[in-house]
Amino acid sequence: MLVDPITAMWSDRLFQATLVVLLLAMVFTSLEYASRRIARSRRTSEAPVAVGASAAEAGGATEVAVVEPSPAGLTPDGGKPGRARVDRYGRIGVSLMILAVLLHLGSIVLRGLAAYRWPLGNMYEFVSALCMLAVAAWLVLVYRHPAIRPAGVFVLTPVVLLMFLAGTVLYLDAAPVVPALQSYWIIIHVTTITLASGMLLVSGVASLLFIVKRSEKPAVLATKLPSAETLDRLAYRVTVLAFPLYTFAIIAGAAWAEAAWGRFWGWDPKEVVSFVAWVLYAAYLHARATAGWRTARAAWINTAGFATIVFNLFFINMVVAGLHSYAGV
Amino acid sequence: MSSPPTAPPTPPQTSSGGEPPSRPGPFRAGAALLRNTWRGLTSMRTALVLLFLLAVAALPGALFPQRSLNAFLVDDFYADYPAAAPIVEALGGFEVFASPWFAAIYLLLMISLVGCVLPRSREYWRGMRQPPVAIPRNLSRLPHHASGASVEAPEAVLGRARTLLRGWRTVERSEADGSRTVSAEKGYLRETGNLVFHLSLIGILLGLAGGKMYGYEGDVIIRADGTEFCNSSVLGYDTFRAGLRVDGTDLNQFCVRVDRFNGSWLPNGQPATFGADVAYQTGEDLRNGRTSWRPTDISINQPLRTDGDRIYLTGYGYAPEFTVTWPDGQSRTGEIQWRPVDLSGTQLSEGATKFERPGVTDPEARRTTQLAVTGTFAPTGAIDQQGRLASVHPDLRAPTADVNVLLGDLGIDDGRGQSIFAVDQQKIDDGELRSVAQDRLGIGDTVRLPDGTVVRFDGVTPWVNLQVGYDPGQVWVLVFSMLMVGGLSLSLLIKRRRFWVRVQATDGDATGSRVELGGLARTDRAGYGEEFDRLSAELLAPTQNKDG
Ligand code: HEM
Repeated sequence: MLVDPITAMWSDRLFQATLVVLLLAMVFTSLEYASRRIARSRRTSEAPVAVGASAAEAGGATEVAVVEPSPAGLTPDGGKPGRARVDRYGRIGVSLMILAVLLHLGSIVLRGLAAYRWPLGNMYEFVSALCMLAVAAWLVLVYRHPAIRPAGVFVLTPVVLLMFLAGTVLYLDAAPVVPALQSYWIIIHVTTITLASGMLLVSGVASLLFIVKRSEKPAVLATKLPSAETLDRLAYRVTVLAFPLYTFAIIAGAAWAEAAWGRFWGWDPKEVVSFVAWVLYAAYLHARATAGWRTARAAWINTAGFATIVFNLFFINMVVAGLHSYAGV
Repeated sequence: MSSPPTAPPTPPQTSSGGEPPSRPGPFRAGAALLRNTWRGLTSMRTALVLLFLLAVAALPGALFPQRSLNAFLVDDFYADYPAAAPIVEALGGFEVFASPWFAAIYLLLMISLVGCVLPRSREYWRGMRQPPVAIPRNLSRLPHHASGASVEAPEAVLGRARTLLRGWRTVERSEADGSRTVSAEKGYLRETGNLVFHLSLIGILLGLAGGKMYGYEGDVIIRADGTEFCNSSVLGYDTFRAGLRVDGTDLNQFCVRVDRFNGSWLPNGQPATFGADVAYQTGEDLRNGRTSWRPTDISINQPLRTDGDRIYLTGYGYAPEFTVTWPDGQSRTGEIQWRPVDLSGTQLSEGATKFERPGVTDPEARRTTQLAVTGTFAPTGAIDQQGRLASVHPDLRAPTADVNVLLGDLGIDDGRGQSIFAVDQQKIDDGELRSVAQDRLGIGDTVRLPDGTVVRFDGVTPWVNLQVGYDPGQVWVLVFSMLMVGGLSLSLLIKRRRFWVRVQATDGDATGSRVELGGLARTDRAGYGEEFDRLSAELLAPTQNKDG
């Protein structure tokens, strides 16, 4: 009795359902985003004063929601309930994301039950969990800082892309893992690294949007985004939580390598690239404390850090042969 | 007064007019250069640049094959890119992490780090002992501020502030106009964390260096049939990599005996578990003359740890056993490991089991009577379309050997070391070693050579590859890594923040007071707002207080 095929099948179905719900969520968050622009441009045509530009600049006051079209959501012309509708799209989007996380969690748990092991044994499972955690992290952020909600579509886009890759190219049937992975360390090392990567994805997206917002290019994108300040702060806060976790995950990996491969650090390709990513995030935090580097450059470094993590995930697992390559494709 | 003997000689007449000013010149310039270099090196910007360099310098280590990991891949690279390979080689691209430029970057970074962090920590100790700074005159200029009227007397408000600010470092002062103030500060651990973090990085580096100097690592193949291995000399190993300070005369003493290899596989041949039943004697056992063995097992993820050494199971394979019976009735049995050659894990193996005819001492005669059973071995044999032997499963389900028996001069007497897995190809090319028989053998099958000699395939014994490692630095690396994460978490998650209260009795009212509050987060984007709002709400809450 190695794999329970029925449970495995249900896990796959839940995965597909998750993808469908995420796509729906993407539709609604895009609608929210798109309708925002219309509402905003109407308003700005009335009052050409800077709106929401420096909402959060008033110092330490908690973030203020980006200014929405004014009172009671009624735009002067046409009488459309703009704000109410934007808001409704946004809420539906968030509800769908919550549903997606629940379905996704079900899929992952069933996968573990089907194979009688921790469900993080190959790239399919890893990417799947990473996506779930990224969406969950986003939901936590939206809960704490509602102003960022309209940017949800930018988190959902990479997530849906990764999910699609996971379900097709990376997909593997549920099966036991090779002996090297049969260790409680998989729970410690891989879970923490997945969680950290999921969070860093969100942070990387926030930094990218920050760059777009600041450069105001492309303009269609930039005007509708939450304020630069909000995005920047978001990226920093998430990275600050994720970086110690990522550090811990690498150390846990080294401790595992000591038991499994005979040494705790051997500059295996995966180890090299985690090191590079780690150094980049350290550079990001330093940049935040260095005059002239605080804003745009720091954001670029944060983005580069996340790009390195993605590179580590795909290129190193699939192209370069190393000890981590059993992750399976 | 007589001139003091210690006075410096002043020889104005022997030196030209320009010299005295120029003497301190180069010295001062040198000092300035040094000072500027040091300042530059320990600036935040330099640290940042060095961090980038480190990241960029490490990348080739992932993109080019590294000799220390897999020398074969380096050879492949040479074959695939004959033009580029020598350039990569010259730049150290195949040994990035041993290259001088990589070392230069991280050493500079460490120097920069020490130079940056130590002065900071001195400042920090000083700051630690000082009371929280005085209250700014105008609190409404601060990023966080609030004010309100209270029906309580100033003393009562202060009392509540004291309870509320428990856990903060506070100092109370009075101002000229009779206002009472509280300055409070919290989050000192952030600096401690930052310091611990940076110093731990140096600890990690020292631990790594120590391990490289005083550690060693070796590999040895042992048949899983009760064969023993003792860690007494480098010679016992098939390969041995010693640290700079290890000469191999002083290895930790212990012995291991491998009794049994335990492997299990899924039906598709994917490995399910690997392990070996072993027994060992510690260094102390050996010194005390204890003869019994301690049984245990080794598996992947579970090395044997004894005497500071770690013994890992890193591979397995098979040693076919052959018996050669010469026409005169003498026989010899040979059993030596063959090596797996199929990377897909079916354990198809190749090897050479070598024999010398007993009783032949004449060097000339020896050179025509040596014999090697070479060929291919499959634990679960099957024949592919070309009629070649293939293996379809790594377990011993249908052991089969395609043997090619060679007779002649193996070159054993030439004094050159030779592989245990192969015969000397040169001898074949020179015609001194000839193939005399080929056959496909199952267990118990024999092949007869033209001279009447019989070779019999007796059976198979699994072998395991044991890797022995000793690294005295690794425990320190672990300790400092944990300190590093701890310090990092403190320094990133703790907010250094200040809170000020100013209370003044309301004019003409004996019981009321006017309360002003201010707050400042001293760290980058510390989301201090919520906490400040909570504190001020509680302090400004109109009247529902009962304590006082
Ligand atoms: C291997 C090299 C290094 C790594 C990985 C590293 C990593 C870090 C990290 C992750 C932080 C975040 C802590 C915080 O923001 O408070 C930090 C902070 C800091 N590091 Fe480094 N560091 C390194 C080298 C250096 C060097 C060479 C210097 C000095 C030139 C330096 C100076 C600082 C300072 C001043 C802070 C505090 C920044 C702040 O005020 O927030 N670090 N470092």
